[in-house]
Amino acid sequence: MKILVCLKQVPHQDARLDVNGDGTWIKEDGIKFEINSYDTYALEEALRIKDAGEAEVVVASIGPDRVTQALRTALGMGADRAVHVNDAACQGSDALGIAKTLAAIAKEESPDLILMGLMSDDGNASAVPPMVAELVGMPSATAVVATERSEGNIRVERELEGGAVEVVDVPTPCLLAVQSGLNQVRYASLKGIMAAKKKPLDVKTAADLGVADAVGTAGAKVKIEKIYQPLRGEGAEILSGSTDEIVSSLMNKIKELGLL
Amino acid sequence: MADFAGIDFLLLDEDYSDEELISRDTVRSWVSDRFLPVIQEHIRKDGSFPMELVPEIAELGLFGANLHGYGCAGMNNVAYGLVMQELERGDSGLRSFASVQGSLCMYPIHAFGSEEQKQEWLPKMAAGQAIGCFGLTEPDFGSYAQGMRTKAERKNGGWVLNGTKRWITNGSLAHVAIVWAQTEDGVRGFLVPRGAAGFEAPDIKGKFSLRGSVTSELYFKDVELPGGAMLPDAKGMKGPLSCLTQARYGIAWGALGAAMACFEEVVEYSKQRIVQGGPLAAKQLTQAKLADMFTEITKGQLLALRVARLKDEGKLHHTMVSMIKRNNVDIALTVARNSRDLLGANGIVDDYQAMRHMVNLETVRTYEGTHDIHTLILGEHITGMRAL
Ligand SMILES: Cc1cc2nc3c(=O)[nH]c(=O)nc-3n(C[C@H](O)[C@H](O)[C@H](O)COP(=O)(O)OP(=O)(O)OC[C@H]3O[C@@H](n4cnc5c(N)ncnc54)[C@H](O)[C@@H]3O)c2cc1C
Repeated sequence: MKILVCLKQVPHQDARLDVNGDGTWIKEDGIKFEINSYDTYALEEALRIKDAGEAEVVVASIGPDRVTQALRTALGMGADRAVHVNDAACQGSDALGIAKTLAAIAKEESPDLILMGLMSDDGNASAVPPMVAELVGMPSATAVVATERSEGNIRVERELEGGAVEVVDVPTPCLLAVQSGLNQVRYASLKGIMAAKKKPLDVKTAADLGVADAVGTAGAKVKIEKIYQPLRGEGAEILSGSTDEIVSSLMNKIKELGLL
Repeated sequence: MADFAGIDFLLLDEDYSDEELISRDTVRSWVSDRFLPVIQEHIRKDGSFPMELVPEIAELGLFGANLHGYGCAGMNNVAYGLVMQELERGDSGLRSFASVQGSLCMYPIHAFGSEEQKQEWLPKMAAGQAIGCFGLTEPDFGSYAQGMRTKAERKNGGWVLNGTKRWITNGSLAHVAIVWAQTEDGVRGFLVPRGAAGFEAPDIKGKFSLRGSVTSELYFKDVELPGGAMLPDAKGMKGPLSCLTQARYGIAWGALGAAMACFEEVVEYSKQRIVQGGPLAAKQLTQAKLADMFTEITKGQLLALRVARLKDEGKLHHTMVSMIKRNNVDIALTVARNSRDLLGANGIVDDYQAMRHMVNLETVRTYEGTHDIHTLILGEHITGMRAL
């Protein structure tokens, strides 16, 4: 069995973000990046299937040089191989451009299962996984919170609004976009990190994958007009002091406003 | 909890390889997620090490991480140093646990042990299934360890061990004690298994410092050991001293972790704390303290990184390790004290880390060669004259 896990490197959750000069994205210099949290659950799910029997886990990512660190981390956690689309031409791709690139990798790899995160911590669009599924002609399920595999099928539980759970059968090969909290994600081990140095990491360009026209700002159908921080509103009050002091002044405020 | 970010003023991250950074960041997350939530309780309650985390620490590969083979990770010394930094960012007791296991116990077996000793102990120790302790210091001999009285005498092809060791990290937890003793041909190292008749290891109670670590005494009364208990290739004080060089190297990095933990906490606190109409962070006296901490930590990082690369290139001299242990622990202690000070009364409670690191670092200043002993080592290196 072969599993393809697509992962994205996103700004670290604690990174201080500033908008870039032309107001179309964030300034990337000097900030730390990490693997998109949703994707770590997808990777863990793949590694669990690998641990349970015969499976090859291939991880794929698109982005500049820094992305090798995310891929090496995934290899350190136990993935077998990595594909890195490192091509300046991909800069500024929209979701469809990314999906076409990942779909091209999927067509080369022909996996039995594609695992992805439900959304990215930075873009928040949830657009790429269903697009990839469509492009490669696989059935897919999103917001997956549990999986149970049987011959030719994966039964998945999907999280619905309001906490309800939907159970669906997805025939394999298929694509699953997983919700966070699906599993307990492992840490890479130091031995794994050392072993990762020797694992194959293929570097490709958009042209290698035949998607040169689809990527980058040139190929994008969606253009980012502007990114900005909402202006600070009036009337906010920041409470300070010890935890106890903050709690008691908050309680007083709530009482003053007659909310209790 | 926001993840620890550390300090990287001089963009040293650009100098680290992927595996060095991944190792650091992995251990960093583990410490935030798994260690910090439990340490306060262990320190408050009974002063113990969270033994339940040992399997996870082993799984991460942190025991003997810079040794090769026998189930060890085989990291380079930069990655190893960064790992020690992250562990001590959690607590000096956590880093001590890893230092004692890896540098003081696995290292001498790896470097001076017979193949049989290596096979017997190293894989189990790397896997955290066997814990080691290192018995050098005695009640009457600390800095001047060569004066030790513990002695091993030959008997029927084996040995009989008598003496007392004191201040031994993990003594009562250990499955095997590496004990240094006088013999007819100088100081030699012995592997003493837990439970050997005549061997006891009671804990030392009442510690203010390094409460997240177990410290014990070791008593040996006519303990009989087989001939194969001695480390064949460690002869004289060079044996234990070479272990100390390894551990001190890790401490120089670890101290930076403790210092950065204090620094990060105090910067955040001083921005929030309003005194006399403005943030504490906006006062000149505060900024002078923060600027000093920031500079000293950055200098310490440069020292540690340079020595790490030299160690990887095989150009390390033990006096370099003396310099970085002495300097980095000293600046870390100053950072911790000043952080404690800036936190005011909040600085004396365990909801903040500064005082825990501060009192821990008092031990770190003393063990593995006191600050002053490293001063004398450097003094001798400079002048060629041994001072007393
Ligand atoms: C929590 C903890 C854990 C420890 N773990 C271990 C362990 O696992 N294994 C182990 O073997 N040991 C361990 N030690 C012991 C530690 O290594 C010793 O405490 C250290 O070597 C200092 O020895 P001492 O305490 O006897 O102090 P002393 O040697 O008596 O030193 C006291 C003071 O005298 C100064 N001094 C000493 N000699 C000179 C000199 N010639 N000239 C000028 N000044 C001098 C010192 O700098 C110091 O300021 C541990 C200690 C602590 C506190």
